[in-house]
Amino acid sequence: MTTTVHQPRTSAEIGGLGHSRRRVEDARFIEGQGHYVDDIELPSMLHMVIHRSPLAHARIVSIDTSEAEAVEGVVAVVTGELLAGYNLAWMPTLSGDTQAVLATDKVRFQGQEIAAVIATDRYIAEDAAELIQVEYDDLEPIVNPQRALERDAPLIRDDKEGQDSNLCYEWESGDKAAVDDAFAAAAKVVSLETFYPRSHPAPLETCGVVADVDSVTGQATIYMTSQAPHAHRTVFALVAGLPEQNIRIISPDIGGGFGNKVPVYPGYVVATAASLVIGKPVKWVETRTENLISTGFARDYHMKGELAVSEEGRILALRVDMLSDQGAFFADAQPTKFRAGLFHIVTGSYDYPAAHVTTRGAYTNKAPGGVAYRCSFRVTEASYLIERLVQNAAYEIGMDPAEFRARNFIQPEQFPYLSPTGFVYDSGDYEKAMRLAMEMVGYDDIQAEKESARAEGRLVGIGMASFTEVVGAGHGEEYDILGLKMFDSAELRVHPTGKAILKLGVRSQGQGHETTFAQIVAEELGIPASDIKVVEGDTDNTPYGLGTYASRSTPVAGAATAMIARKLRDKARKIAAHLLEASEDDLEWEPGKFSVAGDPDSSVTIQDVAFAAYTNPPPDLEAGLEGVNYYDPPNMTYPFGTYMVVVDVDPESGQWKVRRMVAVDDCGVRINPMIVEGQIHGGLAEGYAMSSMQYITFDEAGNCIGSNFMDYLIPTAWETPRFELGETVTPSPHHPIGAKGVGESATVGSPAAFVNAVIDALAHLGVRNIDMPVSADRVWAAMEQARA
Amino acid sequence: MNITLVVNGTEHTADIEPRRLLVDFIRSTLKLTGTHIGCDTTSCGVCTVLLDGTPVKSCTVFAVQANGRSITTVEGLKQNGQLAPIQEAFKEHHGLQCGFCTPAMMLVGSALIAENPSPSEDDVRWAISGNLCRCTGYVNIVKSIRAAAEATSQGATS
Repeated sequence: MTTTVHQPRTSAEIGGLGHSRRRVEDARFIEGQGHYVDDIELPSMLHMVIHRSPLAHARIVSIDTSEAEAVEGVVAVVTGELLAGYNLAWMPTLSGDTQAVLATDKVRFQGQEIAAVIATDRYIAEDAAELIQVEYDDLEPIVNPQRALERDAPLIRDDKEGQDSNLCYEWESGDKAAVDDAFAAAAKVVSLETFYPRSHPAPLETCGVVADVDSVTGQATIYMTSQAPHAHRTVFALVAGLPEQNIRIISPDIGGGFGNKVPVYPGYVVATAASLVIGKPVKWVETRTENLISTGFARDYHMKGELAVSEEGRILALRVDMLSDQGAFFADAQPTKFRAGLFHIVTGSYDYPAAHVTTRGAYTNKAPGGVAYRCSFRVTEASYLIERLVQNAAYEIGMDPAEFRARNFIQPEQFPYLSPTGFVYDSGDYEKAMRLAMEMVGYDDIQAEKESARAEGRLVGIGMASFTEVVGAGHGEEYDILGLKMFDSAELRVHPTGKAILKLGVRSQGQGHETTFAQIVAEELGIPASDIKVVEGDTDNTPYGLGTYASRSTPVAGAATAMIARKLRDKARKIAAHLLEASEDDLEWEPGKFSVAGDPDSSVTIQDVAFAAYTNPPPDLEAGLEGVNYYDPPNMTYPFGTYMVVVDVDPESGQWKVRRMVAVDDCGVRINPMIVEGQIHGGLAEGYAMSSMQYITFDEAGNCIGSNFMDYLIPTAWETPRFELGETVTPSPHHPIGAKGVGESATVGSPAAFVNAVIDALAHLGVRNIDMPVSADRVWAAMEQARA
Repeated sequence: MNITLVVNGTEHTADIEPRRLLVDFIRSTLKLTGTHIGCDTTSCGVCTVLLDGTPVKSCTVFAVQANGRSITTVEGLKQNGQLAPIQEAFKEHHGLQCGFCTPAMMLVGSALIAENPSPSEDDVRWAISGNLCRCTGYVNIVKSIRAAAEATSQGATS
């Protein structure tokens, strides 16, 4: 199953799989010619600014917009009451809950949308929005899920019929009885309570929309920051009652997504409604503060994990209890059946018979979201918990953490492996990746240095994470979003001159699809990648797809691309046989060419075939060389790897610095190694960010702390550590090209490695947990407490 | 207020509200949309332009403050139809992904190279520490700027 890093099968000129082809999209970006939503300017376009609640929980007594309406240049002020007239005051979320578009009854989080000013100029709209007067009756703000679930807590969602508590969902997975038995018999039980704090994807481009509804034809063209334009079109059709064929969503260049641009936000809906009513295009682009306080947060999981371990260091069972803080509306973007996403992948890379996971979510007075921030539906939280827990278990039984992992890994011959919570892992060789990381970092030397360093008054730690991800949802039978099966699509047409156009249902946000998806076609058809144009992000001109998130573009749309290219190759073979006057069975294929077996001079190129498809097709075959594939994956893919971090901790201040960061990734076959490495670099930096500084918290009144980039800290080039990358290649057995997806592995796997490294430096003091972000003051406090 | 300034070598005169930010003047009035907006606290740096050769965050400069001065934006990097070494380097070394921070990173990089023809890795990391990137972990941005410095030096000596 495991192969070594392989050589490309195609020439550099064709540029198929394995070539570090330079990116097609760069040409426009390096000249400042990218085309993002805020760059769109339409004739007579108006600007929208939203007035937001300063309070986290309060009843609205009155809203006075008269002063705002009187400002010169203001065209309209939209309130929830006005929207209610169009049945638009509330909208569905991607988790089947409802969310207020503009608040009518009460506000449920700081920053909630209350009214929108539409004006001829953004500056005027900002001025007017400040003049809106709202009278409130304060209510108790609930800022943590524990309080939310107390009996006497005020009801946040009094709008929902039958909702009599702040419990948002309850969900479980696994076998409780088997787990209880295993724990009863275990030699050792190791437990860890840890909080994965609220974070925000914060792409550098905020969310925005330009809505252009033609009042005569009813045609709505909506330019928006969308990772899932087709799904969004369907949501718009359902929410606004517009005929779906009249809605065209165009998702232009996206300045980073990371999950932030998966949900539908109130601003999109209000701008569209405003354009419909006013008859002019309306632009709304968030400020950074609006982005951080109101759109798609991530994480916010309070987790308790327990491992039952045998005398010999074998894991026997895992028990997990998790409470999530969902904010005011349940707006997780995740498959319908799974209320806590794919969190039940929490069993990790290890082989044991029993696991039981219980989850609850609570409504609180915080922004809604629960997006998978560079993460496949909560796998990030899951991976963090198990990797922290395994490290601690090794300390408790006195084993080396690497050897403890090796003793418990799922072995290569056990794949496909059915996990105790029902996942079927496709392939893996976990120990191989771990050993490579250990070799690269010089594991034994660091372990030896730890003790000598302590003698010198220095603290050194080495931490690791041997993560397994689950990405590329569906299959459609199990996985859907609002009923939409999680397939994806590719449409390929080869033109008479042999140049091709590939249209996809997914949407790149910087991943380089225009480059890499052409490489898949190049591999399959032998047409040079530079002759293939990739089109995405326009619902009128691409096949229906569920979009780009959860690392699903390569696993699902990449598979669709390979499948449709193979189908065209089959047709090309018939045309080639016709041209060569040979039997199809006698033809041999090499990338870009059919030749007659035993007569290599008798051959036609794929370009000859393409020309013939339109000029001289066989009489019994329809003309053209074109097709579409809707790919429903048979299973998800399971990328994995081992990340290893060495830190130096200052015993006086608690400050820690990353000395080495080694990342060995196995994402199956790599389409474009340069781009894969770039994805890993970015994910590692975000993992470091979350482990060290990047989080959002709230004060007792529900004020968001982390509402701008001075409070919400994103590492710069100066703080970000250097990374050393390694790879193993274990192809996915069920994916047409063996690829697994890589965009999120590093964010999923690396936080535990960073935190484990700091814990490791302090482990001799008995320190077993510091919650993220592991700031210097928290490290210092943990040392003080341990020494006391 | 009437202002006159030179942007990418071309003189512009405009009547502008004193409170209007330079970034809005560049994007909305001059329609040079390669300069982006990413925050409201002068933190992210995607609005960086060169003001008389020095990087400034154009979200924290009023347009009227640029009166009589000279500005370079990303659209001014290409000269006589030739990409600048910094642009070539970002493409060659995969120094960008979503492209949103890229114009600013290239401008800061080119200002650094003008001042320090052979910057060390730390020099580059310090120089771009006022500019955030969410995609690249900065690895290939640093590599691109250093490669551009090398290409610029070679171009100067050949």
